[in-house]
Amino acid sequence: MTVNTPHSKSVPPPAPAGGVSWFYDPKIRGYASQIIVVALLLWGLYVIIGNTQANLTKLNQNFGFGFLTQAAGFDLSTSLIEYSSTSTYGRAIFAGLLNTILVAVLGIIFATIIGFLVGVMRLSKNRVVAGAATLYIELIRNVPLLLQIFMWYALVLKPLPGVKDAHSLFGIVFLSKKGIVMPHPNFGPGAWAGLLFLVAALVGTWLFRRRARKLQDETGKITPVWLISIPIIILSPFIGLALAGWPLAFDYPELKGFNFSGGMTMVPEMAALLIALIVYSATFIAETVRSGIQAVSHGQSEASSALGLSRGRALRLVIIPQAMRVIIPPLASQYLNLTKNSSLAIAVGFPDLMYAGGTVNNQSGKAIEVVFILMVVYLSLSLFTAAFMNWFNSRMKMVER
Amino acid sequence: MTESAVVMKSVNKWYGQFHVLRDINLDVKKGERIVICGPSGSGKSTMIRCINRLEEHQQGDIIVDGIPLTTNVKNIDDVRREVGMVFQHFNLFPHLTVLENCTLAPMWVRKEPKAQAEETAMKFLKRVKIPEQALKYPGQLSGGQQQRVAIARALCMNPKIMLFDEPTSALDPEMIKEVLDVMVDLAQGGMTMLCVTHEMAFARQVANRVIFMDQGQIVEQNEPNEFFLNPQSPRTKLFLEQILH
Amino acid sequence: MSLSYVRTIDAPKLPAPTTTAGTWAKLRERFAPTPLSGLGTLVIAVFLAWAIWSIFQWAIIDAVWTAPDREPCNAPGAGACWPFVQAKALQWVYGFYPIELRWRPNIVFLLGGLSLAGLLIPKIPFKGWNALFFFLAFPIIAYVLLTGGRFGLEEVGTEQWGGLLVTLIVAITGIVASLPLGILLALGRRSKMPVVRTLCTGFIEIVRGVPLITVLFMASVMFPLFMPPGINPDKLLKALVGVGLFSAAYMAEVVRGGLQAIPKGQYEASMAVGLSYWRMMLLVVMPQALKVVIPGIVNSFISLFKDTSLVSIIGIFDLFNIVQSGFNDAKWASAQTGNTGYFALALIYWVFCFSMSRYSQFIERRLNTSYTR
Repeated sequence: MTVNTPHSKSVPPPAPAGGVSWFYDPKIRGYASQIIVVALLLWGLYVIIGNTQANLTKLNQNFGFGFLTQAAGFDLSTSLIEYSSTSTYGRAIFAGLLNTILVAVLGIIFATIIGFLVGVMRLSKNRVVAGAATLYIELIRNVPLLLQIFMWYALVLKPLPGVKDAHSLFGIVFLSKKGIVMPHPNFGPGAWAGLLFLVAALVGTWLFRRRARKLQDETGKITPVWLISIPIIILSPFIGLALAGWPLAFDYPELKGFNFSGGMTMVPEMAALLIALIVYSATFIAETVRSGIQAVSHGQSEASSALGLSRGRALRLVIIPQAMRVIIPPLASQYLNLTKNSSLAIAVGFPDLMYAGGTVNNQSGKAIEVVFILMVVYLSLSLFTAAFMNWFNSRMKMVER
Repeated sequence: MTESAVVMKSVNKWYGQFHVLRDINLDVKKGERIVICGPSGSGKSTMIRCINRLEEHQQGDIIVDGIPLTTNVKNIDDVRREVGMVFQHFNLFPHLTVLENCTLAPMWVRKEPKAQAEETAMKFLKRVKIPEQALKYPGQLSGGQQQRVAIARALCMNPKIMLFDEPTSALDPEMIKEVLDVMVDLAQGGMTMLCVTHEMAFARQVANRVIFMDQGQIVEQNEPNEFFLNPQSPRTKLFLEQILH
Repeated sequence: MSLSYVRTIDAPKLPAPTTTAGTWAKLRERFAPTPLSGLGTLVIAVFLAWAIWSIFQWAIIDAVWTAPDREPCNAPGAGACWPFVQAKALQWVYGFYPIELRWRPNIVFLLGGLSLAGLLIPKIPFKGWNALFFFLAFPIIAYVLLTGGRFGLEEVGTEQWGGLLVTLIVAITGIVASLPLGILLALGRRSKMPVVRTLCTGFIEIVRGVPLITVLFMASVMFPLFMPPGINPDKLLKALVGVGLFSAAYMAEVVRGGLQAIPKGQYEASMAVGLSYWRMMLLVVMPQALKVVIPGIVNSFISLFKDTSLVSIIGIFDLFNIVQSGFNDAKWASAQTGNTGYFALALIYWVFCFSMSRYSQFIERRLNTSYTR
């Protein structure tokens, strides 16, 4: 027998290439099915566009975005930008978008804080603490968000007294049917000093932390960095402002006639929406956090205990960094859900994007264009959030390695 | 000279830029029992997975039982009917009983009536010595039993050729023998077999030919005694030294 | 001393001691492992006691139990107004469905309930036939019975449907329609054909990227424009189309997760025994994948069930809408009507969703213990 491949063996002649028929060629089959799918799709689109055109001619309408520059003719109860009923449809939608973003950002921040807290509480060894967290989660997440928005609106905010007998907190924050009225800060010249001091405190903390780490590396001494720096960070803007001669004035709300003047107002619709969104989303975030922490194997906490790390340190140094990797992707989708859920504002009449879009549609009858705008904007918000979370996730991963 | 069961002519295959199979030429006669060995990553599994088109080769010809493997789906179906395969990790269908695992393909591919398929299945389950497990689910069996079911499942299609892809590598040591016994029995029944395995005792006992592969090529092939006692290539020598201690 | 030792008498097997630490130590470990934690226990316990007592007082002690109209509920200090719920209960279930024809929805409830129970309880056999009935025959039977207009049944327009009936119709239609659609979309997203893959991925991501209310809005204002002129689809049908498309996109992702959980070896073994693509999917891959995703399907059903409340925004009288509209009934409008209505509503939704989530957890545990490869 031979070493290496024998080429001399007899081999039957190769069968004719290409096989029996094109019908059995998977490549041709693949192309054919794709062409059929595209053809069906085009045919469907053709029918739909034809029908739509016929319907639009019947309604004396045509497709186009020109209406966006026409006057809207309706009011929005609250807006971050200058808006009145003489503003354009486009501006109404933009004001709605800003309101959506405002609610989403505030909602995300508070829901994350509560969610992390409740998630960790649920894993507490203290039965009462863990039980209360479980109760909260199971009660809240099994009731529709829409119902919760109405409940907050009707049960908590509606019974608030009228403007005349508003509940007051130290005479500067007022709770009434009109919503929550708070002082509005007005920064005078020189207010940048406060900001400057805050930045300086942050940079100082960072340097301090680095030094503390270095000290720990060299001598093993652990400095309570946060215990020292957090009060400094909190105090620093006030010190800065004081040194600059206090260029900060608050515009306090004042009761004048039947309304408050001055200050800034959160309308009750927004308060109901925001509270409900936060309370509802926090339960999902809590579950995400809990399962993330539990996904870190039991061996990791055993190993930390065996090394003598305290439970707090074990969480901070070993468990959380690993859990974050598991938590972030579902957390991102919770943020997306919160943003999308903010569209329920339409039910209580808070003028968010969906509300503005719906009203514009009612006024102008431009259904297709409005739906198109709404979908594109929501999709972009979703894509933006997803992209940001992806970036954050990849950073977390790199930091870990 | 007898007829060929599998013919591979100048077969080449790449994973991306990595050349996994380099100019493979192989002619397997009917009734031949071939053992293929070689270091991991040498392309042994890829080669036998090309024979039933679980992997697609890019150059050269593979002819199985007279049927050329081209992109023709009909030919691929025909080849798969003639070729049985046993995997390293058994790959039994966990949602089906042992008996259903064995009758699935005969009923849906060969369109046999249920009673006939079950009769055949029981015959082969007896042959692999586990007829009493027929109504259990794969998850309830030991690794060795699962692998014997996998062999019975392949046999139920009455294949002309059997491929074994490291059938004993995932088994606990005490279960290897029961699987090898079944394979020996099969070999003595005259089945055409291609086995990727490192069970050298098995190779000596049943193989007509041992093939040594390295870096995607067939480096050496010979009848077993010559192969083990008198390897020619230095690579073969090195490999045999490493595995035979 | 010798190191050699052989045990000749077995040590006795003793029962475990009942307690290792004193009751006090045990209590401390459970409720106040650290002083700070103990403080937390105290604060939470006081708050919970207050909350539970307030609800108890409102719902039981101060509640009005029988009344012909709103008067007693309007009295100062009155609690929950239960007579309102009593008076409206049937309307909450059937909406404005004609009273003498309510045996029809009753049969639908009964058939659906029995079939669903058969599907959900693991021990009951004939799962396949039952699924076939539930997903094919039942929708047709329910449609014929509820709409009427043939077989001598009096016609009942969808504007007369309402309440829990509509909520369940929307939720179950959503699931029944989304399962086959979702499976196709999931397979399409994993297809090797770029056109099919792009279309399926695009559809899934677009629908998942926008809120349900936008999809419902689209269905209610754009769907009529897509139809041939002169045809104006039924309001409920429009909502059902929107909900069906929306949940199909979510279902597709659930199913895709199940498909990804099936090991590659299963595909290879199916191909090696000669199964074609569709047979492989039908006989080997899907039965396993669907089993894995049962908890996922139940969870998306829970979401869908809660989301059905959104159809009230486009003017359909589902449970949520019908309860709310009752608040304006001159006979019952009182200070406590709204509170009582919302409380009852929350309780109904909660019971449904909580029991489903418990069921999903039960199935998940069962799968984890019984599903071994």
